Amino acid sequence: MNMDMIAEYGPRLLDGFWTTIGITGLSVLIGLMLAVPVALMRLSDYKFLKWPSYVFTFYFRGTPLLVQLFLVYYGSGQFRVELTELGLWQYFRGAYFCAVFTLTLNTCAYTAEIFRGAIKSVPIGVIEAGRACGMSGVLLYRRVILPQAIRIAWPAYGNEIIFLMQASSLVSIITLLDLTGVARRIISETFAVYEVYIFVALLYLVITYVLAFFFKRVENYLQRHNKALAQA
Amino acid sequence: MFELGGYTPIIIAAMKNTLLVGLSAMALALVFGLLGAWAKVAPQAWVRGLANTYTTVIRGVPELILLLLFYYGFPQFIQDFSESLGYEVLVDIDPFLAGSLTIGFIYGAFCTEVFRGAFASIPAGQAEAANALGMSSFLMFRRILFPQAMYFALPGLGNVWLVLIKATALISIIQLDEIMRMTKIAANATREPFSAYFLASLLFLGITAVSMLGQYCLEKHLAKAGQH
Repeated sequence: MNMDMIAEYGPRLLDGFWTTIGITGLSVLIGLMLAVPVALMRLSDYKFLKWPSYVFTFYFRGTPLLVQLFLVYYGSGQFRVELTELGLWQYFRGAYFCAVFTLTLNTCAYTAEIFRGAIKSVPIGVIEAGRACGMSGVLLYRRVILPQAIRIAWPAYGNEIIFLMQASSLVSIITLLDLTGVARRIISETFAVYEVYIFVALLYLVITYVLAFFFKRVENYLQRHNKALAQA
Repeated sequence: MFELGGYTPIIIAAMKNTLLVGLSAMALALVFGLLGAWAKVAPQAWVRGLANTYTTVIRGVPELILLLLFYYGFPQFIQDFSESLGYEVLVDIDPFLAGSLTIGFIYGAFCTEVFRGAFASIPAGQAEAANALGMSSFLMFRRILFPQAMYFALPGLGNVWLVLIKATALISIIQLDEIMRMTKIAANATREPFSAYFLASLLFLGITAVSMLGQYCLEKHLAKAGQH
């Protein structure tokens, strides 16, 4: 990958970069919104809430993302008639929708599991203190349990987002032109196999460690009370 | 639902290749992991640097890119290099070998971190006591450090295995006849892609469930042994 190649293929790689970021960002946002209720369902005492959540997280954590992607992208074709009747086929025929749909469910399952662990590890005394102050239900969750759980969950959640960003390279297999997809397209034109892959690998490396740096900074911010305690 | 025009047994039989690749990759990953963990605490700065580069780079790049780089990029590199020296070499890598090597090499980086943590959690007094008894460093490693590290490492290694076996699905793109590739053939032939891929996902789910059960039993067994 010399300077001329970067100048020639740079704009396309930049497009690929934004596709990678876009797919990851969308999936992370929607996945996060779905993960909180899934985690709470999992912790519920009611069997009909608990079991669907358990089956969902077990399925999406126990099967390869590639299988899930193919199941949605190619598998939806088997139900084309039904999906058309429901007016959903226009979405499922597009690779971008299928990619975001699958990655969202996948990250939702992992995130729910992280949140479940974090909520369970909030000290019981804190919850009792909240109850003693007269808080209950939503207020207790909003003011006491969730803020603490987020602090506990943050490092693991950061890793999950980084993993998802890397895993999003699989969407290139269902024809999307993300960073990996653009790289494969450029290689098929130039036959500069290892140069392009090494260059793209370096780009992923940079994205990974920029994200890791950002998450570490936020973690330090979330843990600032501990730092104040240590200095006191 | 899983009639699939007689393809079901073929997909299930392909599970053998998935497991074979997974197990050979895991064996390799353990070797790379032990070497890496050893290198991370080596007295020579360059050895430590090498090990840190290994874990940093491998964990920072998607598996798919690494797999494509090793399978397509490496032979191309050898050919270009030998051509520049005036030789004509055609490199053709066996998909099974390439798959196991790549997956093993990638997950070796994750095993390195697991082993590093495990060795770090052995109390320093253990090594000192072994020294005091006059054990050589190899004997100390074999009798004292390794057995204890394996106990600490087991949960982490179990997780690496669970991720690794799912990653073998990627090898289908380099044409190895494992679950995913046979499923793709079945999906195209029968025009029932959902049934085919759902079956594949259930097979992976089965492997995951059995592995989790095995890990649970092994950990319980070792915890009991540790109480004596």
